Amino acid sequence: MVIIEVTNLEKTYVNDGVETHALRGVSFSVNSGEFIAIMGPSGSGKSTLLHILGFLDPHTGGEYKFDGKSITDYSKQEIAKVRNKKMGFIFQAFNLLARTTVLENVKLPLLYSDVPESKWNELALQAIESVGLSHRINHESSQLSGGEKQRVAIARALVNNPQVIFADEPTGNLDSKSGQVVMDIIQRLSEEQGRTVILITHETYTAEHAERIITMRDGQIESDKTVGQRHHAREQFIK
Amino acid sequence: MILKHSFKTAVIGLKSHKSRSALTILGIVIGITAIILVMAVGRGAENLILDQIRGLGSRTIIIEPGREPQGPSSFAEFFTDSLKQKDVDTLLKPTNVQGIKELTPEVILVTTVSYGNESIRTNVIGSSYLMAKILDIYPDKGTYFTDEDIRQKASVVVIGSKIKEKLFGDSDAVGEKIKVKDRLYRVIGTLPQKGQVSLFNADDMVVLPYTTVQQYITGTNYFNSIIVQAESEEIVSRVVKEIKLTLRESHNIDDPEKDDFHITTQADAVERVKMITGILTILLVSVAAISLLVGGVGIMNIMLVSVTERTREIGLRKSLGATEKDIMQQFLFEAIILTAIGGVIGILLGAFFSFLTSLILSQIVSLGWAFSFPISAVLLGLGVSGFVGLVFGLYPARQASIKSPIEALRYE
Ligand SMILES: Nc1ncnc2c1ncn2[C@@H]1O[C@H](COP(=O)(O)OP(=O)(O)OP(=O)(O)O)[C@@H](O)[C@H]1O
Ligand SMILES: [Mg+2]
Repeated sequence: MVIIEVTNLEKTYVNDGVETHALRGVSFSVNSGEFIAIMGPSGSGKSTLLHILGFLDPHTGGEYKFDGKSITDYSKQEIAKVRNKKMGFIFQAFNLLARTTVLENVKLPLLYSDVPESKWNELALQAIESVGLSHRINHESSQLSGGEKQRVAIARALVNNPQVIFADEPTGNLDSKSGQVVMDIIQRLSEEQGRTVILITHETYTAEHAERIITMRDGQIESDKTVGQRHHAREQFIK
Repeated sequence: MILKHSFKTAVIGLKSHKSRSALTILGIVIGITAIILVMAVGRGAENLILDQIRGLGSRTIIIEPGREPQGPSSFAEFFTDSLKQKDVDTLLKPTNVQGIKELTPEVILVTTVSYGNESIRTNVIGSSYLMAKILDIYPDKGTYFTDEDIRQKASVVVIGSKIKEKLFGDSDAVGEKIKVKDRLYRVIGTLPQKGQVSLFNADDMVVLPYTTVQQYITGTNYFNSIIVQAESEEIVSRVVKEIKLTLRESHNIDDPEKDDFHITTQADAVERVKMITGILTILLVSVAAISLLVGGVGIMNIMLVSVTERTREIGLRKSLGATEKDIMQQFLFEAIILTAIGGVIGILLGAFFSFLTSLILSQIVSLGWAFSFPISAVLLGLGVSGFVGLVFGLYPARQASIKSPIEALRYE
């Protein structure tokens, strides 16, 4: 079942009359439950694409259908709902709330959901446990290491049980050890929980954890291949 | 998101930015405290003056010689000699003016009174018992002089509390003889402390029969004023009209423009004072408005400085599913909470300082100074700082909430 479908997607930024064509006709589709890696050189439009797919920025041309419905047909309320319930976004820059504890950060999406308040703690604690941070619940976000921050961001993306997870270079700022931990979590989201995962990375090795690799160049898709020999973060761990 | 959570989120947001919240509250507190203080003092001054005028009683009519002073050049007319005993007698005839309950002429001058080695310059008032009635001040020791004393030009004097204190200290004054401008008078009564009543400082005066003052002190035959008490408040304007007609006739005046006397009633005086204190209040309020503005600019500054951080926060919240309405609710609550806290502190401080000021002023200026707490100042202060908080808190929030989450997160 196709969950994401883009046709001729374009994004043009206009700053002070200067146009930047970040996406120039991108077409592909993603099946529910697929694990896709997006690769490509810096400036090729990966983040731009992911933001549009994640309902965080509007596109300027072409069409984007999520769940069979064109994004232009979603009302503001529906867009907020989709962001809240169906998507989890992991930013490269973490984007945690400053001066706020791990627990409160992870609870944030629940605040805007229709999950009853009585369940918030339980759900947040579960999500925090799944990223192995139970011992850091009451730390403020500024007191965490980069790897820990990224795991809080993942827990926050997971807490509302979303169908699709978007991750923009989640291991980009991490050492290889913390990177492995994060990749293990993401891979399990896909394999054990059947979520759709779209991940940006510029490391081929990391990309090969996915089932399929889309490579971008200059705002267009250069190649779209299935991964023959997948890596499994779990196995790397055991070694 | 339900309101309860908007509210909680706002509280958490404020708590996690303690110094920003505290500074904003401080701005509001300064504005509200200042405006309450200033308006309370203005109101207190107005009430004090009005009370003093009303102290004369609403039935009191004052006739003074000369035209009503129009400016410095006509000031001399104040001292004319147009009011004499003949006018008193004419006015007292019921066929001329109906409804006069009582009437007293007055002679006023400043001179030295002394007892033993002590001497003091003070107001000497020649009057009748009506003076005591109008000022509502009666001897606490001894008696007042009678109409008989007036007829006899008796050498008796009633002294105010400050004069008694200065000349006699704690010892008894009644029965003693004091000198008023070189001649001895027997003290027959002392007055209790009263403070300012209209233009008179009732503590700093000595009162003698007006006939005595004319005979032995001024050596003149005219009065500084004639004070009339009408039978009731309702007939004051008719009595005034009849007094005017009577005096014009007896002074042979055809043209009202050429009147050699003028008449003041309490209602006129109240009107004039209200106008003056009104102007004063406007002045004071403009000063307070500046402090409100300063407070407002403070709030504005803090809000604007934090816009960058807040814009990112708004972007993040939206990316996690917050709607524009959720965001606005959160910021609205923040503004309301800050304004409420600042408002309450400001009102308490404003009330406290106003009270303190009224205590101090009642010592320095007059015992009659009363504490007054102007509700309009509270509303004005709350209104302005609330408005500033809303505009400078909500406007940037609104701007941020209509951006796409990524645009907001990228904001620098
Ligand atoms: N807000 C913006 N205004 C103007 N141009 C932009 C803006 N955001 C991105 N771009 C441009 O769009 C292009 C694609 O940017 P994008 O961030 O998608 O690249 P990327 O593939 O994610 O790169 P990286 O690997 O370095 O993160 C770049 O040329 C960039 O300069
Ligand atoms: Mg990028």
